[in-house]
Amino acid sequence: MTASDPAPAPGPVARLDAVSVAYGRQAALRDVTAEFAPGAVGLLGPNGAGKSTLLKALLGFVRPDSGALHALGFDVSRQPLAVRARIGYMPESDAHIPGLNAVSFVAYCGQLAGLPRAPAVQRAHEVLQYVGLGEERYRLVNTYSTGMKQRIKLAQALVHDPDLLCLDEPTNGMDPRGREEMLALIRDLARRKGVNVIVSSHLLPDVEATCEHVLVMHRGSLVAAGPIAELKGSGRRAFELRIKGDALRFAEGLRAAGADCHDDGTGVMRVLVGDDRGARDLFALAAAHGVQVRHLRPSVPTLEDVFAQAIGESDA
Amino acid sequence: MGIHDQSYRRYAGPRTEPGAAWSVIAWSGIRALLSRRLFLLVLLFAWSQFVVRAVVFYLSANFPSMELIAPSAQTFRDFFDQQDFFVFVVTVYAGAGLIANDRRANALQIYLAKPLTRAEYVAGKAGVLVVFLLLVTWAPAMLLLVLQTMFAGSLAFVRENVFLVPAMTVFALLEVLAATFAMLALSSLSTSARFAGMLYAGAILFTTAIFQTVRGVTGSSAASWISFSANLAQVGDVVFGIAPRHDTPWGISLLIVVGLIGVSLVVLRWRVRGVEVVT
Repeated sequence: MTASDPAPAPGPVARLDAVSVAYGRQAALRDVTAEFAPGAVGLLGPNGAGKSTLLKALLGFVRPDSGALHALGFDVSRQPLAVRARIGYMPESDAHIPGLNAVSFVAYCGQLAGLPRAPAVQRAHEVLQYVGLGEERYRLVNTYSTGMKQRIKLAQALVHDPDLLCLDEPTNGMDPRGREEMLALIRDLARRKGVNVIVSSHLLPDVEATCEHVLVMHRGSLVAAGPIAELKGSGRRAFELRIKGDALRFAEGLRAAGADCHDDGTGVMRVLVGDDRGARDLFALAAAHGVQVRHLRPSVPTLEDVFAQAIGESDA
Repeated sequence: MGIHDQSYRRYAGPRTEPGAAWSVIAWSGIRALLSRRLFLLVLLFAWSQFVVRAVVFYLSANFPSMELIAPSAQTFRDFFDQQDFFVFVVTVYAGAGLIANDRRANALQIYLAKPLTRAEYVAGKAGVLVVFLLLVTWAPAMLLLVLQTMFAGSLAFVRENVFLVPAMTVFALLEVLAATFAMLALSSLSTSARFAGMLYAGAILFTTAIFQTVRGVTGSSAASWISFSANLAQVGDVVFGIAPRHDTPWGISLLIVVGLIGVSLVVLRWRVRGVEVVT
């Protein structure tokens, strides 16, 4: 951060106090209490965890059945317009105003957000340049590719210079290069431009690449929250194991011994143990369960471990 | 340094207070329609009756032998009747896609994530239709009255028919609001402008066909309450101070027209949301 960069707002950017939301009988958020720290915060969770509902509740699209939401110091249920004037929202699904080219669309969004026409048009050009659509800004939005549509959704969310940007699955459908560029933009906004960002995603690498804090959601509940560095390195050691034998029984044994373990999907078992334990303990445990260790490598705890542990504990 | 570092800056300029976004929506919709040649052609045709009547007013004011075709209050009532076709065409052409197209493009969540209420969104969309419908009903009627006064060189006609200005205003507003909100409600029910237009056309034509069939069988127009157009015509006659054309009490016709506006608003309240809730 340079001296000219705006200072982040003190205190949490958004706060939820015991918020519950239900669609009919289906609970989408269950008594969620959480704080979004200034800067970039990742909202992680599998599909259906309640991430999008949480963002929509913050915008006032859905009214909580109970609890209170505050964003940027405003009560969302009492001052929704004041909140939305300061929030930029990038929806998950394709969304645009039909019949408009990119400049007209983004300028129109700026006007809707309260900018006078001339500054809105000027900002539209600037923001489109910023998100990498400068050369394509006179094309009709409905002729854009998926990646370009993601960028224009970011542009319309940015045009009125929000203090808080809510991005719902911002890299959906993007090719690897486009995804990297989108993540770079998010990092730049959060770290250099002083915009608070909430990145809702089920992609752990996206959150890890852009955010300092994370909230993990599962089945409508908050199951973990805090700075990513703290969550990853909170007094634990990680190992990668490949074994021969009854993996399920061994995993149960590990859990009974106070370790966390999960399969990374390639047949490699990631095991997290306390700081006071090491490889010797794992070998001993394997021998006790009649399992042969074919490969053991020390590793570092990742966000995926945090996620898997939080989800696992919640399911248990 | 990436190119994006050079172009994004925080905005410190003026901002308007929430509450004016409806005018942005309305103006944008008006400009979009005015850029379509076919729509301009429809508007031009919609003023053809005005041109014919203006010529008649001129002739009757300047040639004593033409006094037989001199305007009366009934002339203005008839003018509205004959504009009904253009009200229908403009409503379907300009109104069918107003919300349906936004729903198809998922634009509602873009709109409603901005500092504007659902009522403002609907008001903006309604504004588009209201402006064009008044442009083919109230505006030419008022202009005809002005022309009549100018051609006659006196205010005698206006003085004798002092109720005309409020009558034309009230009836035009009632007709325009009923058509606008009915069309918007149907548009909000679909993601296809074509389907919404067909629904509206079907509702107008079908109810009128049923009424005419019942009338043909019974010989009475007491069932005019079935037809949207007949209810409006009935109320219009009362507003212009002439005998109602159908046997249905005009109060019932008015109730149905107002009820239709009310139901349309309820549908809009239900359908215009930032999030689609599927339970």
